Amino acid sequence: MFPIAAFLPESVLLIGALVLFVITLGPSDARKSGRAALAIAVVTVVAALAGLGQHAVLFDGAYRVDALSQFLKLIFAIGFVLVVLLSGGLNDIRQDIRSEYHLFLLLSLLGFNLLVSSIELVTLIVSLELSSFPLFLAVAMRRERDGQRKQLESAIKYIMFGVAANGIMFFGLSYLFGLTGTTSLPLMAEKLKPVISTPLAVAGLLMALAGIWYKLAVFPFHFWTPDVYQGASNETAGLVASLPKLGAVLVCYRFMAFCAPDSRVVPMVLAILAGASMLYGNLIAMAQDDFKRLLGFSGIAHAGYALLGFVALDAAGYGAAFYYMTGYLLMVLACFTVISRVSKDGENIAIQDLAGLHRRSPLLAATLLVGVFGLAGIPPLAGFMGKLALFTAALKQGHLALVIFAVLNAAVAVYYYLSVVREAIFKDPGDKGVITLDPATRILCVVLIVAVVTLGVVPGPVFNTIGAALVGPVGR
Amino acid sequence: MTQLTSDGGFPLLSVLIFSPLVAALVAALLPGEKAVRWWTLVSTLLIGVASLGLLSGFDAGKAGFQWAERSAWIPSLKVEYALGIDGMSLLLILLTTLVTPLCVMASWCYIGKRVREFMVCLLAMETAMIGVFSALDFVLFFMFWEAMLIPMSLMIGVWGGPRKVYAALKFFIYTMAGSVLLLVAIVALRLKVGSFSIPEMMGKTYPESFQCWVFAAFLLSFAIKVPMFPFHTWLPAAHVEAPTAGSVILASVLLKMGAYGFIRFSLPIVPYAAKLFAPWLMALSVVAILYGGFAALAQTDLKKLVAYSSVGHMGFATLGIFSLTREGLEGATLVMINHGVTTGALFISVGILYERLHTRDLDAAAGVGKVMPVFAAFLGVFCLSSLAFPGTNSFIGEFLVLAGGFRVSKILMICAVPGIVAAAAYNLRMLQRVAYGGTSNPKHEGVADLGWREILALAPLLVLVLWMGLQPKPFVDLIHTGITQVVAQVANAAATVPGP
Repeated sequence: MFPIAAFLPESVLLIGALVLFVITLGPSDARKSGRAALAIAVVTVVAALAGLGQHAVLFDGAYRVDALSQFLKLIFAIGFVLVVLLSGGLNDIRQDIRSEYHLFLLLSLLGFNLLVSSIELVTLIVSLELSSFPLFLAVAMRRERDGQRKQLESAIKYIMFGVAANGIMFFGLSYLFGLTGTTSLPLMAEKLKPVISTPLAVAGLLMALAGIWYKLAVFPFHFWTPDVYQGASNETAGLVASLPKLGAVLVCYRFMAFCAPDSRVVPMVLAILAGASMLYGNLIAMAQDDFKRLLGFSGIAHAGYALLGFVALDAAGYGAAFYYMTGYLLMVLACFTVISRVSKDGENIAIQDLAGLHRRSPLLAATLLVGVFGLAGIPPLAGFMGKLALFTAALKQGHLALVIFAVLNAAVAVYYYLSVVREAIFKDPGDKGVITLDPATRILCVVLIVAVVTLGVVPGPVFNTIGAALVGPVGR
Repeated sequence: MTQLTSDGGFPLLSVLIFSPLVAALVAALLPGEKAVRWWTLVSTLLIGVASLGLLSGFDAGKAGFQWAERSAWIPSLKVEYALGIDGMSLLLILLTTLVTPLCVMASWCYIGKRVREFMVCLLAMETAMIGVFSALDFVLFFMFWEAMLIPMSLMIGVWGGPRKVYAALKFFIYTMAGSVLLLVAIVALRLKVGSFSIPEMMGKTYPESFQCWVFAAFLLSFAIKVPMFPFHTWLPAAHVEAPTAGSVILASVLLKMGAYGFIRFSLPIVPYAAKLFAPWLMALSVVAILYGGFAALAQTDLKKLVAYSSVGHMGFATLGIFSLTREGLEGATLVMINHGVTTGALFISVGILYERLHTRDLDAAAGVGKVMPVFAAFLGVFCLSSLAFPGTNSFIGEFLVLAGGFRVSKILMICAVPGIVAAAAYNLRMLQRVAYGGTSNPKHEGVADLGWREILALAPLLVLVLWMGLQPKPFVDLIHTGITQVVAQVANAAATVPGP
């Protein structure tokens, strides 16, 4: 008997994808497909809530439903609702393919849902590709306009880098497969134990991780990030910046389980990459005018912070990384909500375009404040608690220099976050008009503000859930 | 130090911390600016009255923290929600709850635009300020400490003067940069002790080098907040550009947090390092007294004058703290409270002048006392208090600091004397100019004397100036036990010098 309850969120998404597919067969109607997508997203949240606490192993051990996967499915489902709300009327997507855009969003989400439960390499890779390819396409679906063909350049960059990174990852995984003769992650972890310190295994593991660092935009695998953010429509960039990062943290966690607890090489490489990401991302972000590019570079820095958790090589560190990325997802969505609503016709937003936002739309200004101060790590917002957990985990394993480097970077980062606040709050609007928000956006803004504050003030439940889920080598 | 346990009584501290936040939510929803003003005034007054309740259950003779609350908050990070106060924090909380309604009154006409947002910021500040003084868990403390940056920089940046953006960003970046290493020190202590509980961090013997690094991280953060010379450069900018209420809060409460940090954390947690660093910090304090005094003497902008005088006064506070004597520390605590009262009053006074004359230039204000006799009388008392005239509040504080300091280094104290003379000079110069100076200025015609609202804003501070000046004993009694304990902790550290 197939345990349908354990497979509920995925089933909902599969049926939803079929529904949307049928809708795309008719004339493109963004309102209809948007409503359908929102309805499916809400149902997915309900299904994910119902799926909490399920445990099952499906498909001959390739697919495991456990506390961690169900929790992440819930986060993904919530993130998806927010992304659909954020996307609104899809004004910046080509008119005739808006329904398809919604379909691709849904397929990508399905990919993430499968990803978190995959504990077998082939399944994992198929889910990973299922989550990525719709995003490649979504980037290219931005409306064309005079002198605006950046989206194609961005999409090509995204795909080429993605494929190259996947190639490296597959190559690394082939080493690991060669050493163990299995594609099942738990079996692999078991068999790798005696040989994990050999150069071959370490090289394989690092190459496998490199593919994930591309998703996470860790230096030096970050090159696509700012360009894709800039070229993609504001709504798509919001999606690319948020959900995939959490998926990447999950896969990174799966692969890190191979690593011996007393390994020295992998943490050292991670520490160097973390430090380089923070420094590079923060320094370059200071010089940006385009708000999306700024968020792109700041995203590289945040990937560096998240790696701190992996440097620690223990459950506390992994849990901190998950928490941090969950918070990051909400905060970066808050920023992209502001971008896509300030932008009148879907054009990119320079920081100067935010001038006087507190006059033009107080709610958007508040959302921006919460997002930006959260990213800057100011309490009581989620970014601070995440950093505290990451620093505690890393320092516990004796990475004092890295932690000091990280906090100094956090101080540097405040400068460019404040430059955003300066424009939005301290400047006068000049001749820029008032922004009126539709009810859906208002709800989105309030939900994001409440979520970021709540996650920062009451992080206990999330920490507890993740902490309980992260027991054992591959999560149990 | 003993384990902190919850009293189990009425959680008055929590109520005090969170009621401004609730009031802010209500203020955000109220219709009309007038309603928001009145609501903020009434709610802050009520919070002020409620805070007096802290005195009722407070036993000044009892060591340790009182009104304690303790409950789990984030178990996985070993973070607790722990509150408690001793005499020093009690006085500082009372100062906070006193000053906030006065700020509302001082902003009544001064803040003309975006009143609702301003009052929300002010109330959020009050929450953070009370929280800082009562938190006994380091993460909780740090959250209040940092969260304060947002409303404060908004107050400066939105409602401030011509260079408000520069001042707001400088304030934010300076303070933030100072406190990031504080966070590392907090985490390092947590890993040594096993929890973030502040009382549990005290009285442990940490290795020598660990103490020094932790102290250095504390020092950077607190010295910027005080601010100690040479970390003071954000202060004149922030003070001058901030609206009256912002300046008052900065001067009366925010600057105290640095000194509070030294007494609450630096001395009891890493006493050995404190002893090691103390002579240098005393020397820096004397530099601050001299520098603040002479810089104030050179100012023609009234707000800048008061701002630089703050640097000098806070120099007295740190001088007393790092004398590591009982007199010095008690004096320092009194200087903190006195400075909060006196400088707050001076900033309100300058704001009152600015509302009438639209300038803070000393020459433009010359002789305005002729048309504003009541104002001149108030200003006179506050100026005398600022120069530590006997019979006013500042005298007893500075006297105790000097008495403590003399036991440590006579030469340093003699070096500080010109700073005291300069304080007399700049205060009397300001008073003389404003009250009696100049010929009659045609621009002063028609300038009204203080209204009832302004008198109400200044009167409580005037009462405190005289009360604390003439009868300081109740105040000293409140802080005596806590300070004695800190001094004992530092003295014990000498006996048990830890290894490297």
